Amino acid sequence: MIKCTGKSVLKGIAVGRIYVYRSGKFAPVKKQIEDVDKEQERLMQAVAQAGEQLESLYKNALETVGEEQAMIFDVHKMMLEDEGYLDEIKALIAQGCNAEFAVQEAGDKYSAMFAAMDDEYMRARSADVLDISGRVIDILSGVGQTSIDSREPVILLAEDLTPSETIQMDKSKIYAFVTVHGSASSHTAILARSMNLPSMVNTDVELLDKYHGKMAVVDGYNGEFIIDPDEDILNDMLANREKWLKETEELKKLIGQENVTRDGRRVNVYCNIGNVEDVDRVLKADGGGIGLFRSEFLYLGKDDYPTEEEQFESYKAVLQKMNGKKVIIRTLDIGADKKADYFKLDPEENPAMGYRAIRICLDRPEVFKTQLRAIYRASAFGTASIMFPMIISVEEIRKIKEIVEEVKKELTSENIAMGEVELGIMIETPAAAVISDELAKEVEFFSIGTNDLTQYTLAIDRQNQKLEKVCDLHHKAVLKLIQMTVENGHRENIWVGICGELASDTSLTKTFVDMGVDELSVSPTYVLGLRKAIREI
Amino acid sequence: MKTFTYTINDALGIHARPAGQLAKLVAGFGSKITMAKEGGADVSAKSIMSLMGLGATKGTNITVKVEGPDEEAAAKAVEDFLKANL
Repeated sequence: MIKCTGKSVLKGIAVGRIYVYRSGKFAPVKKQIEDVDKEQERLMQAVAQAGEQLESLYKNALETVGEEQAMIFDVHKMMLEDEGYLDEIKALIAQGCNAEFAVQEAGDKYSAMFAAMDDEYMRARSADVLDISGRVIDILSGVGQTSIDSREPVILLAEDLTPSETIQMDKSKIYAFVTVHGSASSHTAILARSMNLPSMVNTDVELLDKYHGKMAVVDGYNGEFIIDPDEDILNDMLANREKWLKETEELKKLIGQENVTRDGRRVNVYCNIGNVEDVDRVLKADGGGIGLFRSEFLYLGKDDYPTEEEQFESYKAVLQKMNGKKVIIRTLDIGADKKADYFKLDPEENPAMGYRAIRICLDRPEVFKTQLRAIYRASAFGTASIMFPMIISVEEIRKIKEIVEEVKKELTSENIAMGEVELGIMIETPAAAVISDELAKEVEFFSIGTNDLTQYTLAIDRQNQKLEKVCDLHHKAVLKLIQMTVENGHRENIWVGICGELASDTSLTKTFVDMGVDELSVSPTYVLGLRKAIREI
Repeated sequence: MKTFTYTINDALGIHARPAGQLAKLVAGFGSKITMAKEGGADVSAKSIMSLMGLGATKGTNITVKVEGPDEEAAAKAVEDFLKANL
């Protein structure tokens, strides 16, 4: 028995035989050809065939994973039929080079061009060029497409998979994907999630031929890939898989149902998202709105501050996709463990308690105003709300409101349309919870961030694994602070939600509903499970 | 020959989808149509990869040259497309 760990992309369990998959890509050898016309003809046939494959991939993806993910194949087809790319290949063949090698050369050239570009989006296109070139070479050299010659479904083990490899595999033949490389946010991981395949990326396993055909288990709950499990584990996992499949089926029946308890109490179940693409998952999971739209993705991994226009486009895209449902955007929460170089933040002794979030925004109003302008401009396209993180005092809220008023005045004088925007705050410091009676008079809603609230209340660093044992996530102190916040909010007639990890903890759902919590915001994966828990109260 | 310049306004720049649409549009004309960044080489607007390869981000000035029998109509079509999509 061999236990490997990796990053799980879906909480689920798969049991089956391993299929060691190596992509059909091998470097074609350069050959001198005699009949140039015949070789050109061979190329055009292969290109036409590749075009047909991409078209059917597009249609297939459109049905199974939706337009956003399918678009890549439409783009691949356009790249495949690109004049410059094809001319390059034809010119090499005209010099007497075999088609396979010519495609490889042209593909490498274009891929290098994209790889050298400044823009991250463009750099990522270099993999697309290699993908389409590989497709044409496979056809030319007669390498079968990604077919799996096994009668039973398998756990597919690979170094890495391209999006087109992932999607064109026959789903009925796959239980799970396990890859050595790749990240949880890679295209393949996203596709695996939308196909509901318990999969693992970045797994510490070697791609050995001797694993081919061996029994294995993918435990997506614990991020474990077990090769050759002993009988006890195997039986346990088979039972767990049955349970998981049954639960998944049961949960699907709840799509379109209300989040209401048996005695008629209603709770809004919203979603936490971290970028524009996540909205598809929210809609698929039947989330009622977006309770936390983390805006950090606009700032992290960049060389400079995102422009107002860039931010506006992202907020607008999310608001339009949500089609009138509420979208709560949290303003910049950078600092502590989330840093971007251009912010030029000094190293800190104690970053969790340092210069971060609203503290940076109030200190650098120009950065804050750019974000607020973008949100207010986007508010004309849906139902936008804004919430501010790390609040500890009434004075902060008053300062924020002054800046908000300035922004609104500017936009009005520029004749820019705006929608009604609810303003709220995160309750994630013990200070905010304790004075929530005063804060409630200043804002229109509270959203309790339980992760930070727990860390600050218990004085326990969440990232310190040694403290995991003493960190009681259901600590009375935290629950009391939550209750107090809900009561103080309701006294001023504002709604109170929870957007931290505790919101998805179904062992607490009844407690929260009894406290009167109005909204729970969770990752799209947990929406239906939470709905089930609410309906059982 | 018709020449005009256009400043990219789209946050993502000339990315895959509009580049593909533009290449398709341009393919329908008989004229030779090229685009270039300031100080850069002319590339064929009929090629999606060359268009993406321009690396034209928001704020980049693009010079479009159109030469041929239907240059009048082609230039207008390209300009309209840029204004509407980029």
